[in-house]
Amino acid sequence: MTQETGNIITLKNVNKWYGEFHVLKDINLDVKMGEKIVICGPSGSGKSTMIRCINHLEEHQEGDIIVDGVILNNDLKNIGQIRKEVGMVFQHFNLFPHLTVLQNCTLAPIWVKKMPQKEAEKIAMKFLERVKIPDQANKFPGQLSGGQQQRVAIARSLCMNPRVMLFDEPTSALDPEMIKEVLDVMVELAGEGMTMLCVTHEMGFAKKVADRVIFMDAGQIIEENDPESFFNNPQSERTKLFLSQVLGH
Amino acid sequence: MSEFVPKPARPAPITEIGAIGWARKNLFSSIPNTVITLLTAYVLWSVLVPFLGWAFVNADWVGSSRADCTSGGACWVFISVRFNLFMYGFYPEDSYWRPNLAFILLIGFLIWLSIPRIPFKKLGAILALTVYPVLAYVLLYGGFGLEVIPTHRWGGLMLTLVLALIGIVVAIPIGVVLALGRRSEMPVIRMVCVIFIEFWRGVPLITILFMASVMLPLFFVGGTDADKLMRALIGIVMFQSAYMAEVVRGGLQALSKGQFEGADALGLSYWQKMFLVVLPQAMKIMIPGIVNTLISLFKDTSLIVIIGLLDILGMVRQALADPAWLGYPAEGYLFVAFMFWIFCFSMSRYSIYLENKLNTGHKR
Ligand SMILES: Nc1ncnc2c1ncn2[C@@H]1O[C@H](COP(=O)(O)OP(=O)(O)OP(=O)(O)O)[C@@H](O)[C@H]1O
Ligand SMILES: [Mg+2]
Repeated sequence: MTQETGNIITLKNVNKWYGEFHVLKDINLDVKMGEKIVICGPSGSGKSTMIRCINHLEEHQEGDIIVDGVILNNDLKNIGQIRKEVGMVFQHFNLFPHLTVLQNCTLAPIWVKKMPQKEAEKIAMKFLERVKIPDQANKFPGQLSGGQQQRVAIARSLCMNPRVMLFDEPTSALDPEMIKEVLDVMVELAGEGMTMLCVTHEMGFAKKVADRVIFMDAGQIIEENDPESFFNNPQSERTKLFLSQVLGH
Repeated sequence: MSEFVPKPARPAPITEIGAIGWARKNLFSSIPNTVITLLTAYVLWSVLVPFLGWAFVNADWVGSSRADCTSGGACWVFISVRFNLFMYGFYPEDSYWRPNLAFILLIGFLIWLSIPRIPFKKLGAILALTVYPVLAYVLLYGGFGLEVIPTHRWGGLMLTLVLALIGIVVAIPIGVVLALGRRSEMPVIRMVCVIFIEFWRGVPLITILFMASVMLPLFFVGGTDADKLMRALIGIVMFQSAYMAEVVRGGLQALSKGQFEGADALGLSYWQKMFLVVLPQAMKIMIPGIVNTLISLFKDTSLIVIIGLLDILGMVRQALADPAWLGYPAEGYLFVAFMFWIFCFSMSRYSIYLENKLNTGHKR
């Protein structure tokens, strides 16, 4: 396993193309157990693509991605293994509208982990309580607000008991007054020691919980640093320009 | 400040309520509207009145031969005398109870499965898809002590229903598999499915039936003794699956990519993703298309006349050629039209009901 390095995720010289378009260029990244990483960068820089490679929603063409000791390739067994370990929260929630909130949360535990229904429901209720919406368990996602839906999506991922959580702009589709309720849940999750990779432009969140901030542009990691140095003392001109745009107004 | 006292409600003006009000508002609100109303009334009057007179008022209902048709209106005796032939074809009369029982069981299962309040739906569906087909086969065809009645004696409405039902029930799963194959990431599977679908969609059903009955025996040794009905059924199922596949594909395309990714990210396998997440949602979108396909299949079953099987339309046409009953095509065709209409209309209504039900189920 990965004991000797202590890394739960390793990306080694990862390259990816969309057809002719070189979207990820020599990405190297090590994520330690329990580390919280915030990824930012301009639109189209490849942030989503990078974290989606980690659970193989996208396929990379060169380099190695190792999650919890399992090498990610086209072997379906490995992909299944990794997806059990890695939870993902999307910008648009991607809840299943034909299932209730509770059924959304128990679907994967029952079918993927073969958990008995009763037990799955108990666990689901536990996580729905943690995201503070146990009273909505029997509603359909379409009956909830955006912030509530995103919290259900987080609970749904947590029900699989993942070791890593990936977030792809979890708050950018939300109205301003709902952003906080989702961020609060994420801060709490971070406090419990979950390993998190989070693409977000919420710089307040980055300052508060991130161990490391990564700045990407044009498919490369330009700069990575602890939030303190990253925000106060950016090294490259690109980062300075980006920060002035994000924080400037 | 004086206290607010609501005004008492007054009755609505006469133009808003009652038959006169309704007619004024909807039929005679303007000069063009009035003209259209009068014209429509005139056309209805001049068509409907003679028709109703012919079909009901002056019609002969009871009797046993054309001599009983004396009143000059419709001769429904023509239908009633041959009713059994139209229903069962040349199925032996003392065995009518067998198709009857099969039909009653079918209705029973349909009620069980289509009325939401009846419980044990899963059990019903399993029985309907496993036990019922075997039972119906034994009842209709024979075996297990029942006399064997070869399929060339089947006919009439019974044959129409057999063809349509089997065509529908078998084509849906094949259609789903073809549609999934067409979207597969494996090029070979995708290509096979595309070729299959486009081949069957590009050929008229009538040609397929011809090929099934004339050409199949040429290609396959031993194909000659394969049952004619069986061969026609295979043709119909292939044809129908191709259409069904396209309907399903439309439903799959309407789903957002996020649904697939959500299921993938949770670690669901391909088939779990399809059956638990994708198809239940796509089904809702596909219902109108599926029912549309079913209705056209139901009507297209008449084409098997050209390979010598007589469905209800075929039986009626044969009856019309009977020298003892020459001259009643209107009655015959009206009867067939009415029978087809009843089945197609019920399907259409049920689909509308289902759509409404699913729409209110989990939307805001
Ligand atoms: N399926 C695809 N096919 C082709 N090009 C794609 C595809 N998905 C993304 N791209 C391109 O790859 C680049 C990186 O996309 P990505 O979604 O990773 O950017 P991002 O950094 O997440 O941007 P955003 O902040 O807008 O979400 C973009 O230029 C995008 O146009
Ligand atoms: Mg993105």
